[in-house]
Order: sequence, then C-alpha cells, then structure tokens
Amino acid sequence: MDFGLSQDQQMLRDAVARCLADTCPLEHVRECTERDNPLSDKVLRAVQDLGIPGMLVPEEHGGLGMTLLDAAIVAEQLAYAVAPVPFLASHVLSPIALSEAGSEEQKAHWLPKIASGEARIGVAISETIEVRDGAGVSSAAGKLNGTALFALDFEGADAFIVADSGGRLHLVGAKASGLKAIALTTIDRTRSVGELRFDGAEAEPLADDGGATVARLRAAGRLILAADSLGAGQAMIEKAVDYAGQREQFGRLIGSFQAVKHMCAEMAARHEPCRSLVWYAAHAFDAIPTEASLVACHAKSHTGEVHRFVARTSTEVHGGMGFTDLIGLHYWFKRIGFDRQVLGGPETVRAEAAALQGWIKAA
Amino acid sequence: MDLEYGPEYDVFRKQVRAFIEAHSHLAPPSSDRAARPSSKAVEWQKLLIEHGYTARTIPQEYGGYGAEPDILQSRIIAEEFARARVPGGLSNQGISMFVPTLLELGTEEQKRRWIEPTLKGDVVWCQGYSEPGAGSDLANLKTSAHIENDEFVVNGQKIWTSTAKQADMIFCLVRTEPDAPKHGGISYLIFSMDTPGIEVRPLKTMTGHAEFNEVFFTDVRVPMHQIVGQRGQGWFVANATLGHERGMLGDPDALENRLQALIVLMQEERLGQGRAIDNPVLRDRLVALQAEVAAMKYNGMRILSNSLRGEPGGMAKLIVKLQSCELAHQISALAIDAMGELGILYHHSPREREGGAWQWNYMFQLGLIIGGGTAQIQKNIIAERGLEMPREPKLAKISDAAKATADMPRHKQGSA
Repeated sequence: MDFGLSQDQQMLRDAVARCLADTCPLEHVRECTERDNPLSDKVLRAVQDLGIPGMLVPEEHGGLGMTLLDAAIVAEQLAYAVAPVPFLASHVLSPIALSEAGSEEQKAHWLPKIASGEARIGVAISETIEVRDGAGVSSAAGKLNGTALFALDFEGADAFIVADSGGRLHLVGAKASGLKAIALTTIDRTRSVGELRFDGAEAEPLADDGGATVARLRAAGRLILAADSLGAGQAMIEKAVDYAGQREQFGRLIGSFQAVKHMCAEMAARHEPCRSLVWYAAHAFDAIPTEASLVACHAKSHTGEVHRFVARTSTEVHGGMGFTDLIGLHYWFKRIGFDRQVLGGPETVRAEAAALQGWIKAA
Repeated sequence: MDLEYGPEYDVFRKQVRAFIEAHSHLAPPSSDRAARPSSKAVEWQKLLIEHGYTARTIPQEYGGYGAEPDILQSRIIAEEFARARVPGGLSNQGISMFVPTLLELGTEEQKRRWIEPTLKGDVVWCQGYSEPGAGSDLANLKTSAHIENDEFVVNGQKIWTSTAKQADMIFCLVRTEPDAPKHGGISYLIFSMDTPGIEVRPLKTMTGHAEFNEVFFTDVRVPMHQIVGQRGQGWFVANATLGHERGMLGDPDALENRLQALIVLMQEERLGQGRAIDNPVLRDRLVALQAEVAAMKYNGMRILSNSLRGEPGGMAKLIVKLQSCELAHQISALAIDAMGELGILYHHSPREREGGAWQWNYMFQLGLIIGGGTAQIQKNIIAERGLEMPREPKLAKISDAAKATADMPRHKQGSA
C-alpha cells in the first residue's frame, strides 16, 4: 500500500517545477499576457523538451504512455507557475480521445505529431455539460453545423475535437471551410478558449460509442482542472504566508496576529485534503474506471469551492497590495476562477454526481 | 499509487472476517455506549483481546495480545469491524489515553498494576485536566497538591470530566510546585474516585443530558507513589496523551458512516410530493458534503501511508481535528434541514426521528468543535507548526518591552 506519488512521479514533479522556475518567472508571464497572443513559445519548447506533449500518447504511437495522475502532477506545476501554455486539451484530452475512440488511421496520423509537439488539437465538449446562448453542434453526412463554445487550447490549434449534441466526437481541421473560429477573451490570459461556428464544415467522426469517450473526456478534463486549481491554490497560500511573515504593522509581523494567522490556517486546512482527493481521482481514472466519473466530479466541485475561498483569502491577507497589478497575485486568482467555471461549475458538476448515483430520477 | 495492502494482508483480512462471522452473535449491541461496560461488553472485550483484535500491540505481560505493531493489520481490523457493523474493542479515556501514557512513561509496577484491568474493562478511568480557569490555557490549572505526612493533599476543581460518575479512578493534573513556572509546576497523579473528599456533580449541557461532570476535591489524600513521571513533569506526561485524543476525534470511518446515514435519511424522508433528496438545494448540499468526506477519507489514506514509511503526518495530519469535527457538524445540520419542521422534534416527542439522534449530534458536535483543543487553538497549531508562521508575542513580553521603553531616558525612546 502506498497512497502517494511514486519516486518517478516525484522526480517528474521536481523536473517540471525546476523547468518552469527557470523559464517561466512571473515577469515572463506578465510579458506574454500583455501581448495579443499570450502563449509562450519559450515555455512551450521547454515543456516539449521534457516530453510532456507525449505523456498520454501510447508508446506504439511515439508517446510515453503515462497515466492521468502523471498529467495531474504536471497540471499542478503549470498552474503553480501560471504558465501560459496549452495543456488540458492539447496534451491530455485529445490524446485520450484519439487513443480511446480514434480509427487506426486517425491515431497513426495524429498521435505521433501530438507526441512530438508538431500538432496540437483543441477540444470543445462544453455543450455536453450545459448549453449556453443556444449553442450546440449537429452532424449529418460528415458535416457539422451549429456552434461550439469554449473550445479549449484554441490558439494555434491545428484541429479540433468537437462533441455533437448526441455526444459523438468529430475531428475537424482548424482551417476547414465552413468553420469560423472566433477567439473569446477570458479573465485568465494564460489559457486560450474560442468559439467554433460551423456551417457545413467537413469533419471525420470518431467511434460511435454511445457517449462513453466524451464521458471519459469530461472526467479527465475536470480532474486536470482540479489539479490546476490545486497548484494555483498552493501558490496563493505560500504567497500569503510569505507576505504575512514580512509585512509589519503596529510594530509586529502581521502573521503574528491571530486574525491573519487563522485566515492562513483555514486556507491550509481546506486545501490539504484536496491534494489527496485529486490524487485518488486521477488514479481512479486509469485504475478504477467504475469510480472515475463520480470522483472526478467530487474533485472538480470541491477544489472549485475551496480554491475560490483560497483565492479571495490570500488576496485579503496581502491587503491593498493583493488588489494591485504590481505583485501579480491576480494571475493565480484568475487561473482559479477559470478552473472553477470551465467544464461545469460546482453546482452543475454536483448535479451530475447526483445523477451518476441515481439520486435524480431520469426525466 | 498502490491501494492494495498485499497478499499477506488479504489472508489476514480473511481471518478477521471469519472471526467476526463466527462470533458476532456474542457482541454487545452497537448502541451500548454506557461509560461502565456491560458484562456482555466486558466478555466481548476479553474475547477480542484473546484473538488480538483489540489491545493488539500491548505486551502480554500487561494483559494485551503482544503482536508486533503493524499499521495495516490494525487498519484492517478497524475496517472489517466497521464494515460488519460489529463493535470493536472498548474505547474510553482509560484505554485510549491512560494506557498509552503508562506504556510510555509509567513505572514497571504501575504498568503491571493498571494496564490489564483497564484493558479488560474492569477499571474505568476519567480524565482530570480542564478547570474553570484552564481550558485552552490548560497549563494555567490551579488545582493544587501540597505534601503533608508523605501524602499529596489535593484541593480544587475539574470540569468537563466525562464518565466521572462511573469511573473507579482518575488521572489528574495538579499543581505541586506553586512557585515553579506554570508548565513546570504540574504533576500527573492517579487516584481512586472513592477517596474521601471527592464530589462529582453532573454537568448538564445544551443537549439536555449530562455528558460531563464537575469534580470537586477537598483535602483528597493521595499516596506519594501514585504519580506518573516525576513531580513537576506532569505537563510533559499529559502531552504524551493529548496527541492520542486528537487522533480519537478524527476518524474518517465515522464520518463515512454519518454521511451514509444522512443519505438513507434523505432518501426515506418525504418532503411534500417527493423525497428530501429530490429537493435540488438539499441534494446539492449533500453532494458537497460527500465530496468533502471523500477528501478526508483519502487524506486519511495519505496519513496512513506516511506512517507506513515512517514519515511524520505533516499538514495532512494537523488539519484532521479541525476539518473532521466541522464536517461532522455540517452533516448533522443538513439532516436537520432535510427533516424540515420535523427536525426540531426531540426529547422522545411523537414523530421524532431516530430517537432524536440527529439533534443530539448537532448540539453535541458543537461541543467536539470546542473540546479537545478548540477550533481556534487548532488554527494556531496549523499556522505555527504547519505553516511556520510567527507566534503571537507573549503579553508579558509586550508589557516588559513597554516598561523598558518607559524606563529609558527620554532622548533614547525615539530609536527604541
């Protein structure tokens, strides 16, 4: 029995942390997010050198064949550094979708390119969770019509994997005729999302498996967002504790006041169990598939709640400085905000968790 | 990540299961939580010790089973008894706190005299720590013991003493060195509750029951050898057991059982046309608590793994008391809300549910948030030990500093 990270996983975590500490200091994040296209080529190259794009690509297709827990470890570190690089869709969801539901031809074409960093695929499955603004995609005779909102890892994607209203996945080239791609601007400039408008765009379907793969993508996506939230929350707690240990008022370090100390203790007390929940849920994705969807819902909704509290409390511990752009605390605040909303906010995800347990009667 | 205990433990698990199946008819009812164990509970306890399912690692010469410590075997025993809903070994302050203290710091004679009858349920203990003026600031305790004719003579008052009415013996913190600094003047005495000069008054709480007592000592005479550790070392001795108490208050299996009971309640309780669980707001709260209970369960597995590796529990362990007690209280709060107006029924009212247990829990768990180190003390511990945040300056030091400043020649005060 060993509930925790293996030695290899600890080495992976440390390697990614070191790489990002070198290539992605806050000044670099700031520089990137003030540009039109905030994605950092420098950080992306460094991440590619570690083999991260191929983590979830099976070995026979040139990848490393690693697990979702390994990906969660990377997600946590990327968030800790607020790294402006694609990951969730391009390096996690698209290789899972292709491995589990791609044709041999699709796998042979895309997976080696994903692993080498030559190609990136965005993913749009939000409408299988909840429909906003009348969005939704229909498919007929190999053509897509309608709108998919919140395509993840949108910027620079070579293709998109899109769910239609029946939960079937389709692969469509980013430059396909009949596809209009419109960037959406969010609070979090370190990740990119966009809207895909289809007007008879040609697409290749993935296997028709009754929605099984899209359910796997929801679980994996939520888990990675939970892990991201964990890394961002960790950074915000550390920064609050550091600040409270330096800032003096009334002739004392503010961290010696119980009012401030207890804010930090509450953050830590709520945050720490999230780590075990995320680890377990990531492990379940590969090892205990019957539990995977439910426990991914728990991880997503619970970290969403806990880290909203952490984001605001850490900001408050920093006093007025926390509210400024100067110290850049808001990058993590916004990252946590993104993680909470995307692929279902806590209430939506909890309703799905209830349905998975048969607590909501089928309509 | 490896959640399997391994094949040798699977064999052990089968043995435990087989034992429970063969003997569960001898177990006392789970509701039998009287402070003084019934004869059935005492017999059950003896059977469990004999087979090594409680007091497992306590040496045989002191009445235990004498197995080598094995965290996973202990865990399996707890899991299997919880799964079968069969009560495990007795758990009281004598067994959970006093016995570990004696094992660590008692004399050979004390171990031989007290551990076996305590384990077997023949001797029941109560704990004399808190006082009206010494709660969170326990070291401020004032109950005194001066020496007269080679005996300690104890005077003072204790409070929050559970099972004092039923107890045969008390382990008690008293001030023996009134002139020593506050942590250095305390001794850990053990004496009979039948000693003349002890008065026990039940302390009725908000639940309507007297789960605790006040204990008054007037010239209670205690032989000099009935001390654990040396005179003036009582604070150190007591701290050896406080860790055990914090451990007792954060059992993830207990949280899971409470949550499971809540799920059943919400599926059975009707609310208008549907069940309580059909109400989307109540259901949302239920799933939120389920996620949090899951997080605490996996946090517990992480702590277990840390101890298997011989590593300290770290932050994962420091937060358990605070989070578990709060979570248990929220589970009871949701149960009451799910019952709606029925949620107020209590004291054997008609239409009361489950004997008023949810209301009792809702109130009593507030006591658990306060007792055993208040939530605020827990937060200090998490911040100072876990996050290494600066300590609160001691009041005396602040006033000393102010005094020093006042005593300084005026022209130097500006640079002080």
